[in-house]
Amino acid sequence: MIRIANGQGFWGDSLEAPVEQVRRGPIDYLTLDYLAEVTMSILQKQRSRDPKMGYARDFVDMIARVLPDLKERNIRVIANAGGINPAGCRDAVLDAAARQGIPLKVGTVTGDDIMDRLDRFLKSGIELKNMDTGEPLAAIRAHVESANVYFGAFPLADALDRGADIVISGRVADAALVLAPMIHKFGWKATDWDKLGAGTVAGHAAECGAQVTGGNCQLDWESIPNLADIGYPIIEADPDGTFSITKHVGTGGRVTVASVKEQLLYEIGDPRQYITPDCVADFTTVHLEQAGPDRVRCTGMKGRAATNFYKVSISYAAGFKAMGSLVYAWPDAYKKARLADRILRDRLDRLGLRFEEIRTEFLGANACHGIAAAEPSPEIEPHLPEVVLRIGVRSENRAAVERFTREIAPLVLNGPPGVSGLGLGRPRVEEIVAFWPALIPKSEVTPEVSIWQSEN
Amino acid sequence: MAKRKLIDLAHARSGDKGDTVNIGLIARRPEDYPILVREVTADRVKQHFAGVCKGTVERFELPNLGALNFLLRESLDGGGTLALKADPQGKTYSTALLRMEIDD
Repeated sequence: MIRIANGQGFWGDSLEAPVEQVRRGPIDYLTLDYLAEVTMSILQKQRSRDPKMGYARDFVDMIARVLPDLKERNIRVIANAGGINPAGCRDAVLDAAARQGIPLKVGTVTGDDIMDRLDRFLKSGIELKNMDTGEPLAAIRAHVESANVYFGAFPLADALDRGADIVISGRVADAALVLAPMIHKFGWKATDWDKLGAGTVAGHAAECGAQVTGGNCQLDWESIPNLADIGYPIIEADPDGTFSITKHVGTGGRVTVASVKEQLLYEIGDPRQYITPDCVADFTTVHLEQAGPDRVRCTGMKGRAATNFYKVSISYAAGFKAMGSLVYAWPDAYKKARLADRILRDRLDRLGLRFEEIRTEFLGANACHGIAAAEPSPEIEPHLPEVVLRIGVRSENRAAVERFTREIAPLVLNGPPGVSGLGLGRPRVEEIVAFWPALIPKSEVTPEVSIWQSEN
Repeated sequence: MAKRKLIDLAHARSGDKGDTVNIGLIARRPEDYPILVREVTADRVKQHFAGVCKGTVERFELPNLGALNFLLRESLDGGGTLALKADPQGKTYSTALLRMEIDD
């Protein structure tokens, strides 16, 4: 049995969680997921300003903190912290190790970045059509900022096989981070579909961190203990593909069949076809059982042959947006907020500003659930204690969005009464980086694995 | 026939993939799962999210988990970073679904 701990569900997740995973109990592997869909383009911008950047800096700081613990207890790390510059991330980690006088082997998995090859692919007839809309990439080619293939678990496992203490990758499928140590330790083959399916289910369960250990858990949420000290997930995996989900003894949160069910259903499509680079996992075959306190046993998982394609994550510039908010207080808070919305839209019209979209929401009235919640009843409406007017605009024209941001604050003095600007200041204009999912034949790209040693 | 709110029979979690929201709906007790299968059809979910879900609703069954998974297409105002919504990832669509009233 091996213990695989996940300490990061996304870049921006708890800085302490990975450290706690290392220090508060036994683990063999630590996995960390840093890359959301838009992260790559942010990293791309960072690297264009400084060629040494373009990876998750938090990761290097975290490794520097726990490096003595990792070495002492022989814990190995698998992270997609490399972003668009795995070599830069590797050098920063090796530097940190050298400063502490700790010998370290770092493996990198690269080859996922296909930005430089895009035009060659397009020319050879690989259209990189949007998986959702069917549009060919040519439509937005000029605006593309990054393009990365999602690799699977085998190159990560290869780096572990070759002795890496820390494996740093660019883009890989989230679940692959957890599947890789199973392939490495148990010697699973690329055609062990059921086992790969099982490891993929484990990866999906763990990839969102505390979302499987009681975080964001709806069932009986009030009775979930000590969320302030919530434990992150640990997968105890067996060579036959079965596994348990648990967390360190003494941490907060709760691992139950219900908490695991909620996470298994999170962001999936057809449950019979959960497609990764390594296999097609079937979520309708998972059997869950409460095997003890904070321990759920998972058995029965089936998988099928992988497809011949990798998914590609392409980011592109898609204009500008800004969101502004004002809070209206009792009495007639909702009525005042609606009037302010009409006034604001009228003023934008008078200024001749055009937007691709203007969207107004009334927080405290029915913003989240919309039609499903219905409008507040006529008896309740005048008595709502407060309503937040939230209005956003989107446009290709930065100047129009900029002008919009100047029209919010004046409403406090020249609009309906009983209003505050929420202390947030003028809204910021944001560049929109949108996401373009596509497929590419596996034969077109190859992952590259290399191992580097610190100079101690 | 008595009406019940779905929240009394089920719990849920929702998330996004582009402009599509997925909602996992899970029976609180195994004996409630057939009621979910019978009552919470793709058509009813489409009606429930009228004006919000501008595309199709597709339903998948996971009897092993006593759960249904719904895909609500064109439901996030463009989705991801394009959306101007307070909830651009559809995280609160889970409880919006649990407001549904069904026959017992």
